[in-house]
Amino acid sequence: MFEKVLIANRGEIALRIQRACREMGIKTVVVFSEADREAKYVKLADEAVCIGPAPSAQSYLNMPAIISAAEVTDAQAIHPGYGFLSENADFAERVEKSGFAFIGPTAESIRLMGDKVSAKQAMIRSGVPCVPGSEGALPDNPKEIIAIAKKIGYPVIIKAAGGGGGRGMRVVHTEAHLINAVNMTREEAGRAFGNPEVYMEKFLENPRHVEIQVLADTFKNAVYLGERDCSMQRRHQKVIEEAPAPGIDRRLIAKIGERCAEACRKIGYRGAGTFEFLYEDGEFYFIEMNTRVQVEHPVTEMITGIDIVQQQIRIAAGEKLPFKQKDIEFRGHAIECRINAEDPVKFIPSPGRIQSWHVPGGPGVRVDSHAYAGYLVPPTYDSMIGKLITYGTTREQAMRRMRIALSEMVVDGIQTNIPLHRELMIDPKFAQGGTSIHYLEHRLEEQAASRGDSRKAK
Amino acid sequence: MDLRKLKTLIDLVAESGVSELEVTEGEDKVRIVKNPAPVAAQTQTVYAPAPVAAAPVAPAPAAAPAPAAEEVPAGHIVKSPMVGTFYRSPTPGAESFVKIGDTVKEGQTLCIIEAMKLLNEIESDKSGVVKEILCENGQGVEFGQPLFVIA
Repeated sequence: MFEKVLIANRGEIALRIQRACREMGIKTVVVFSEADREAKYVKLADEAVCIGPAPSAQSYLNMPAIISAAEVTDAQAIHPGYGFLSENADFAERVEKSGFAFIGPTAESIRLMGDKVSAKQAMIRSGVPCVPGSEGALPDNPKEIIAIAKKIGYPVIIKAAGGGGGRGMRVVHTEAHLINAVNMTREEAGRAFGNPEVYMEKFLENPRHVEIQVLADTFKNAVYLGERDCSMQRRHQKVIEEAPAPGIDRRLIAKIGERCAEACRKIGYRGAGTFEFLYEDGEFYFIEMNTRVQVEHPVTEMITGIDIVQQQIRIAAGEKLPFKQKDIEFRGHAIECRINAEDPVKFIPSPGRIQSWHVPGGPGVRVDSHAYAGYLVPPTYDSMIGKLITYGTTREQAMRRMRIALSEMVVDGIQTNIPLHRELMIDPKFAQGGTSIHYLEHRLEEQAASRGDSRKAK
Repeated sequence: MDLRKLKTLIDLVAESGVSELEVTEGEDKVRIVKNPAPVAAQTQTVYAPAPVAAAPVAPAPAAAPAPAAEEVPAGHIVKSPMVGTFYRSPTPGAESFVKIGDTVKEGQTLCIIEAMKLLNEIESDKSGVVKEILCENGQGVEFGQPLFVIA
């Protein structure tokens, strides 16, 4: 087992990784930008190294600085967290070439899944169902593009091969708009991802976002840890997640879960990963795979009792998975609310100093946050300041506990989306379960309209 | 922190036009602020093992660490532009680039910082006399870490 792990991330996930390490008796090295000098996990680290000024490009995305910090502190492994360099195959490669373990999959797997076209092809080969679409990247010939769209059937969605996470996409409803849309998406993709390749898929009108968590070791063992429903989204950003997904037949989940585990074995996947699907009318359609730990991993941890971050570290240290698929039990229900420093109506980020910070507690309540009273939320990074998670033996209990927890939580000095969460937790459609990925945005638009806002709550 | 070093730093601040000086050496950190009143020095260790919320709500006006570092006038403290290992000479056993008391020109190499097997020459951004060398040969340094005092 590693003696020292370098945490190449910030915010709540840095604290999460640190907690996992400390529980395992592993020393932590935390790298931080000048904006994060006062972070809680920096103060708790065994060693902390400033790697650059606030801008991510010079700090959390600065590969030489991070690897250098590992050298200088004699760390043995680097945990990249999520975002930043966690799905950067070059980084994974450089880390391992420099003699450190990368706590994640191989650079090869990251590359395979990072290119959304090759990922889809790999999944088709592995028997994982995909959204009907173009077989590979779109050709240049407009006639051919039109023919492909006709075959798929409108509406279609154009996606960047180098994109993902909701970026680089465009929906097309009629043939008249098709070629323009393809060209624009190509142009954007070239600029944003350095890769102008695009592909086409059928656009599902009312799908749910259901994803499968997997763990795979270096001994060809792979298991699925059930699913998560992350349909409550705004602009492709998840707001609420839950496990299990309400109202989906367990046998369907077992079937798709096993397909994902098999795909892991086939491609030699290592570590934690998530297969994301759109689910509509009883069918699963693969959209992409995330080759890292995800923000919403706690809800899976609550219903399985498995510490996903610790398993990542163990797998990276060469240990075998300590359980087989049949050993994994799913109990109860968990819900997570992402707490963001933002205006709850206009969604404008609200950085600043937190004056009061009171987190809830009690049975079945978990708070994953690096924030504290007096903490200065920096303006340079994303607005998520914590996650509130509740567990119950039933979905109703998890929701009730979340309502109580949200009512207890106080964050003064900055704005947060807690008021939005309080509304959603008593929303009848959410209580029913199974809302689509468009539900939240439609709801927000309706509210804006009824408020008579000339500016829509986009 | 060595008392003689501390006295040198205090004298430095008192004699020069510097109004605020912050120096980190390993686990020790010193900030010296020149007020209208006589110079006040405060020491604090970087580690606050108890995760008490009170610690960050520092009453000192320059509580936010980033701005405080920026207030130190450039050129008087040469800071590390990268993470790596600090070396005083070009190769082991060779003579140091500079010693205390040496006069240096702007652009003159003061030291080497090794990062990922590459040796980077760190140049002085100010002409003057080397008053203090704040790191040990072979010490790991972080971004922004004070290396030399040039006056």
